[in-house]
Amino acid sequence: MLLPDVLVIDATDRFGWLAGRILADLGADVVKIDAPGTDRSQPAWRAFNVNKRVLDADPAKPADADAIGALLAKAEICLLTPKPGEGGGVLDPDALRKTYPRLVVVAITPFGRAGPRKDWHATDLEVMAAGGAMSMAGEPNGPPLRISEPQAYSWAGTHAAMGALTALVRRDATGQGDLVEVSAQSSVLIAISHAPAFADLLGEKPTRAGAFMTGRSIKGARYRVFWPCRDGWLNFIFYGGIAGRRTNEQLVAWMRERGADLGHLADIDWARFDPTKADQAEVDALEAPAMKFFVTVTKREYLIEAHKREMLGYPVSTVADLVTDPQIEERGFFQKVPGSNSDEIYCGSFALIDGKRPPLRYEAGTPLAGEQPKPRRAGGRP
Amino acid sequence: MSNAPQALDGVNVVEFGGYAAGPHIGKVLANFGAKVVHVESRDRPDGFRLQYPPFAGNKPGLNRGGCFSIFNDSKYGVTIDLKKAEGVELARRLVGWSDLVIENMRPGVMKRLGLGYEVLSKDKPRLVMLSTCNMGQTGPRADTPGFGSQLSALAGFCGMTGVPDGPPMLLYGPYIDYIASTLGTSAVLAALVRARRSGKGACIDLSQYEAGLMFMGGALQDYFATGRLADRRGNDDSEAVPHGAFPCCDGEWVALSCWSDAEFAALAGVMGNPKLAAEKDFATAEARHRHKQPLDEIISAWTRYKTADAAAEALQAAGIAAYPVVSVAGLFSDPQLAARGQWRVRTHPEMGDQAYSFPGFDLKEAPGDITGPAPCLGGDNEVVFRDLLGLAEAEFETYKERGIFG
Repeated sequence: MLLPDVLVIDATDRFGWLAGRILADLGADVVKIDAPGTDRSQPAWRAFNVNKRVLDADPAKPADADAIGALLAKAEICLLTPKPGEGGGVLDPDALRKTYPRLVVVAITPFGRAGPRKDWHATDLEVMAAGGAMSMAGEPNGPPLRISEPQAYSWAGTHAAMGALTALVRRDATGQGDLVEVSAQSSVLIAISHAPAFADLLGEKPTRAGAFMTGRSIKGARYRVFWPCRDGWLNFIFYGGIAGRRTNEQLVAWMRERGADLGHLADIDWARFDPTKADQAEVDALEAPAMKFFVTVTKREYLIEAHKREMLGYPVSTVADLVTDPQIEERGFFQKVPGSNSDEIYCGSFALIDGKRPPLRYEAGTPLAGEQPKPRRAGGRP
Repeated sequence: MSNAPQALDGVNVVEFGGYAAGPHIGKVLANFGAKVVHVESRDRPDGFRLQYPPFAGNKPGLNRGGCFSIFNDSKYGVTIDLKKAEGVELARRLVGWSDLVIENMRPGVMKRLGLGYEVLSKDKPRLVMLSTCNMGQTGPRADTPGFGSQLSALAGFCGMTGVPDGPPMLLYGPYIDYIASTLGTSAVLAALVRARRSGKGACIDLSQYEAGLMFMGGALQDYFATGRLADRRGNDDSEAVPHGAFPCCDGEWVALSCWSDAEFAALAGVMGNPKLAAEKDFATAEARHRHKQPLDEIISAWTRYKTADAAAEALQAAGIAAYPVVSVAGLFSDPQLAARGQWRVRTHPEMGDQAYSFPGFDLKEAPGDITGPAPCLGGDNEVVFRDLLGLAEAEFETYKERGIFG
């Protein structure tokens, strides 16, 4: 464990759940403060709040405020998701900084705590829109799309954990706590990688490319990225360069071994193949036989062969594929909580430390003390 | 570089590797005051320097790549020829100066170079070393090389992005690399805390694949509990309705969502059609889910006469979650990002002015900064080896003459 003596108070909504989970995975003792009546049955709650203990408490009630205060007095980090207009009280970020000078207080909000839109309402969708990520997902002529399951909360969570630990390093060096401010909008920006540099350096306007790779051919050809296969979809691209050459040669060798019709692929000298110079007719001609071949292949078969042949490309996994992947199984990523009577399975700690994956310590919803609370359902925004 | 006190002042970091997953960790640490040295060689410079656009002025060059620069601002750049024994020895001396080593080579490469954790930590038990790669350091496919853009497909992201009857969707860039880099940053910081408190170092093995699955936690948990397979569903949400992006008159889109009947009533009011909320097809979330298409058309008919900013402002005033779908170019004029100082222009000797992105968090009492542009290849050899590492003049010249700064 990397943080064995660190007590973390996690009084967050979904924007902060992963932050607490990360600190717990790294060995901190994380106590989640939840409003009485919090729904703990939802998969996302359980996934991102496992490995913590839970205290049901209403900070507005004096007895509960005292209990929270007693924890805060011992804590090194406090994670918060303050709402606009809800200042004051025992969990007010600014008040906490004054009351507990050595405490690292982390305030996670959709847009930060300053600026003209700091009080704007947002959930995952709006934050992904605000951070540019939606504009880069979807078909070029279709609506911008969200990415898979909610992601903005997780981006905020990883940034909050980084901020908390950056401040903890400083606290150890100086004795001073700090107030870490996390903007979910700003945290999402990294999801679009280097796209902003095109706008900044060249004045270009990058946009979503759908299911195809564009921008590689000087003749405007687009390359297929996703291919239907026997039981789903595969990811494969006719790349150039050294890695592309090996991949393309190995695909042809595999097709030949299987007696597949090579069509135009049989004529190509991969050492000279340059995807930047192909026009759409040439790309279509080389993709057609590959398309016919891939529909005969299963995802698992592709995963195995691509690895064996050192080809670039992966199957497009469903969650069912993920939980049976031998790579994941051998590294023991999915875990039950050791010693627990529950059969519930979770994502384990995200990294191996000194050769071992730290085991999960607490089932999702484990009370700080007393009986296990029953899951209850609540409505409204996450 | 700036001399203002920062949270990670006194933390020394050495990076081996390139592209995104490793260097992004060092960038974040450097933005909060760590001294980060990015090690390359002239034979094998960081792949992001030349392999991908954009390049300043559209002219490719080792010191002109935008991909490289945005993940390496605020760092020092050195070159060492690790094929030579003296180069390896010099690298070890640099590790001796450091608190953290970050590497994202293929598994086993650092060990073959004589720079594995077992060797490096012998002389420095407090050393923290993070190794990150596609699959992790162990397992039947540990040796798989690959691009993060494709790994995002293996980890389930592409398959869950898109519309139900359409193909999976491509995510821009190596999406999953940044999940790994942000988790990896926390891991090295936690290890640094332990090293300073207990004197014990750490060897961290971070699989980018597994890191990505942390962001799929809800879908995985649902599968474990119910066997349900999460699939593509456009912008739909199982609870909120409406929940999507709607076209506006300025060619932009506005994203909005309603999470209760009261919020939908507020939306109906903003659209000038308050009776809509009482109509049987739209009065409840269940009814709105069943009549999603006509509902989306009604909302689109309203947004089409508004700019995305005006629509979002009107909706926010009524308490509804909404924001323009900000384009990549629009990120540079978004008022909220501007107020936060998201983009910080620094001048690079060859690229000129570039806007560098600040991380999504900041410390109020020890704020971070972009303390300098990205380094040119080997541009800080003298500063790092003479001033930081303390090589004597003769030693430095000997290394130079023997081509160790290759």
